[in-house]
Amino acid sequence: MNVNRRLNVSEVGDVTVVRFVDRRILDEANIQEMGQELFQLVEEQGKKQILLNFAGVEFLSSAALGKLITLDKRVKSHSGKLILSNIRPEIYEVFKITRLNTTLDIKDDEADALAAFAALQAT
Amino acid sequence: MTLEAPLWSLDRRIASDLAAGRAVQEEVLNVLDAHGWDAGCVFAVRLAFEEAIVNAIKHGNRHAEDKHVHVVAKLLADRLWLQITDEGPGFDPTAVPDCTEDERLEVPCGRGIMLMRSFMCHVEYNDVGNRVVMEKRRAVEE
Repeated sequence: MNVNRRLNVSEVGDVTVVRFVDRRILDEANIQEMGQELFQLVEEQGKKQILLNFAGVEFLSSAALGKLITLDKRVKSHSGKLILSNIRPEIYEVFKITRLNTTLDIKDDEADALAAFAALQAT
Repeated sequence: MTLEAPLWSLDRRIASDLAAGRAVQEEVLNVLDAHGWDAGCVFAVRLAFEEAIVNAIKHGNRHAEDKHVHVVAKLLADRLWLQITDEGPGFDPTAVPDCTEDERLEVPCGRGIMLMRSFMCHVEYNDVGNRVVMEKRRAVEE
């Protein structure tokens, strides 16, 4: 059994939906732990369709961005797909400034993200 | 640079410890909240402060127990002035590669300084590169 301390993980069909325990993702130890838990989903549990729902997340630092970039690469290397959703405007600005909105797939909300996964499966 | 008399100020020498850095941040951010700063400006200051203090503790002082970080904050009527100094050898901020270049987009680090520059109104390093001064102007309600 996998016990996650930084993440709340659920399954919606074939999609693994991840929500974050922390409102502010900035503490280095917590970011390390969050990264490990996310990487385990891909590498140990073989999850291929991962949705990160940022509802409730008020802040994240550049160290957290680094983990998301690494996660996206690992998901891609396992032929999977990562989508982010429910990012509040201030945080979306961080993705825009760093141009990560061009490399990461970001949807407005969970329903849009699930629809995108469904569309991928249909193709 | 001479500043007018601040509404509030803080002058603190903290250990090279991220928890101590965070405690100072919270102190400053609580003062902004108490003075009615809007959430967007407080977010910007939190982001820049976090990146600057992590840089000072981690990259500047390399978490050394015998080194400290000096934080000075001054709240003025129209802006926040922040100065963060570490005891490390400094660095050349102009030599930090642009993380938005296509070939660096997938590199997982090196975004802190860009975010500080984007979210604050003014960011300036001293010649050595171990001190950063940042300013954030308070948003004026329409």
